Amino acid sequence: MNVFDIAALNLWYGNFQALKEVSLAAADAEITALIGPSGCGKSTLLKTLNRMNDLIPGCRISGDARLRGQDIYTELPVNELRRRVGMVFQKPNPFPMSVYDNIAFGPRAHGIKSRLALDETVEKTLRAAAIWDEVKDRLRKSALGLSGGQQQRLCIARALAVTPEALLLDEPTSALDPISTGKIEELLLTLKKDYCIIIVTHNMQQATRISDKTAFFLLGEMIEYDHTKKIFSLPRDKRTEDYVTGRFG
Amino acid sequence: MRRFEAELTELNNSLIEMGAMIEAAIAEAARALAEQNREIAEAVISGDNQIDDKEKEIESLCLRLLLARQPVARDFRQISTALKIVTDMERIGDHATDISEICLALIGQPYIKKIERIPRMASATTGMVTRSIDAYVRKDPELALAVIKSDDEVDGLYFAIRAELIQLVHADAANGEQAFDLMQIAKYFERIGDHACNIAEWVIFFLTGRRKNKQLL
Repeated sequence: MNVFDIAALNLWYGNFQALKEVSLAAADAEITALIGPSGCGKSTLLKTLNRMNDLIPGCRISGDARLRGQDIYTELPVNELRRRVGMVFQKPNPFPMSVYDNIAFGPRAHGIKSRLALDETVEKTLRAAAIWDEVKDRLRKSALGLSGGQQQRLCIARALAVTPEALLLDEPTSALDPISTGKIEELLLTLKKDYCIIIVTHNMQQATRISDKTAFFLLGEMIEYDHTKKIFSLPRDKRTEDYVTGRFG
Repeated sequence: MRRFEAELTELNNSLIEMGAMIEAAIAEAARALAEQNREIAEAVISGDNQIDDKEKEIESLCLRLLLARQPVARDFRQISTALKIVTDMERIGDHATDISEICLALIGQPYIKKIERIPRMASATTGMVTRSIDAYVRKDPELALAVIKSDDEVDGLYFAIRAELIQLVHADAANGEQAFDLMQIAKYFERIGDHACNIAEWVIFFLTGRRKNKQLL
């Protein structure tokens, strides 16, 4: 079953149309990469799936966006949506608190108070995010003391702590060095068996390395959506080919 | 990006140059045979080093482009195709040398048969090589397909020569030694045709992503 089903989705910021008739399905155990030049709508689409555009003045949305068949905008409370759909941003944004409390924040907000249950969740998610061995001896220390790559994996762990079904990542490695980037990519490939993952990236090689499907966006339109192998070897649309080969514009 | 375009043009130009070198080598090897000309045969043999150098130059350029540009889509197919076809082109150069070496051994011997079909093989295979490289440069899948089809003519000539030489050996065992040499020459030309077909098949991959009806990407 598809985790996300998006059909004829349009989004306007005032008079500016940022998404135009976008239709896309993202399944379990798959990584979907969204690529395209800056301002093409890929981050807007990601935010739409987590309802982060709602509060922007003048934002209007039409069309259909569903999480496992439920309308994201009319059938799901925002809190539930955000528990089920985790989000990780370009710049690591740990809370100014301990490593432990960063991970426990979400479960506590959802009513889990048992120390034992929280300990278990913290260890499990830090292990899942491949950072346990690096932080297990400093769980009570500030998360702000971690390196950029560690902070980003901590943010992924924090998203996993509330047992989501999908992970949305907006250029999660663009601020990281190649070693940290490699660790995040390995992590995503490990996590994908349990999650639907959608990642915005400007790194073509990264999309080639980790994603199963790739969608190319241009000026709010989804120009081409296909298996990643196809997009980067034999794209159908000339605009896609021009973009991935760097001849765009 | 302009620099990358210039590098791809440089790659194409190098392939065209190498193509011209191997076409000349095949034609000259055939001429050395027809005229029993030592100088021409030796020139083909000594010229093979330049073909080998050109191959290394093209390989080096392809590897540098793969490393530095990390190409995708048509650029990736183009560069990987160049890397594959340059090996076939180098082998064609080797076969021209092989033929010329046999020619040297045949100098001074009256031929046991009129040398008719071998020059036709040389002409047909030179044309195949020219057109296969043209198909790459002009991005022309039809021309590449035509090269593959024309291999039947070369194979036909090869089998006709073989039958003729077998008859000559049957007629007089003394013809055996030279018949064997001519047979080898015919076989080298037949192999040149096969290498031209390989080039054409890779050109089709470059243009369609498919090779021998299999989607490689």
